[in-house]
Amino acid sequence: MIRITVTSVFVDDQSKALDFYTGVLGFQVKNDIPLGGDDRWLTVVSPAATDGVELLLEPSGHPAVGPFKAALVEDGIPATSFGVDDLQAEFERLTARGVRFVQPPTDMGPVIVATIDDTCGNLIQLAQMTS
Amino acid sequence: MFKALADATRRAILDELQDRDGQSLFELCTRLTMRHGLGSTRQAVSQHLEVLEEAGLVTVRREGRYKFHHLDTRPLRQIAVRWPVPDEGESS
Repeated sequence: MIRITVTSVFVDDQSKALDFYTGVLGFQVKNDIPLGGDDRWLTVVSPAATDGVELLLEPSGHPAVGPFKAALVEDGIPATSFGVDDLQAEFERLTARGVRFVQPPTDMGPVIVATIDDTCGNLIQLAQMTS
Repeated sequence: MFKALADATRRAILDELQDRDGQSLFELCTRLTMRHGLGSTRQAVSQHLEVLEEAGLVTVRREGRYKFHHLDTRPLRQIAVRWPVPDEGESS
């Protein structure tokens, strides 16, 4: 059996990303292991699934990453998508914490979606399945 | 402008911008797929937006790293000027 255990987003600054993904979004640190230089193997998990898929907050040092992320953000394309139970409640909670919603909750039929800025160079989609 | 309006996908884009003004290309593509069943590629939608922009019906606003599309209905006024619509009740 093959499983997805780690997925990743490229973040501009790992320390800032740690603050946003834990302090603001509410994920928990799973692994924080020093690598070469200032880079860390830094992963977070949802408190709802602490042994579930880890999100790697990956350094953006490679020269291809900057232009790649900029092009995605310009066209509004999310780097990844997180599931929520109540998107309207998350919209209110995160807005109160200063999170920028590039797209407010929008009904797309089987799913309600919104897009936030993670302050680390990415757009992130939040999705609530409705059917 | 008439050429810009003479396409169902471009009219759907205007409908969606009327629903919420100031959308990214991705949001427009998602809406066209999910709400209109239009499986246009991102490149195709981008080209439709260029036609609408040339007609003055859509404007592009850059805000930091974001790029948003806005609806501008003012060019449509020339239709009513050219072919005035009588008020209700008037014989036509």
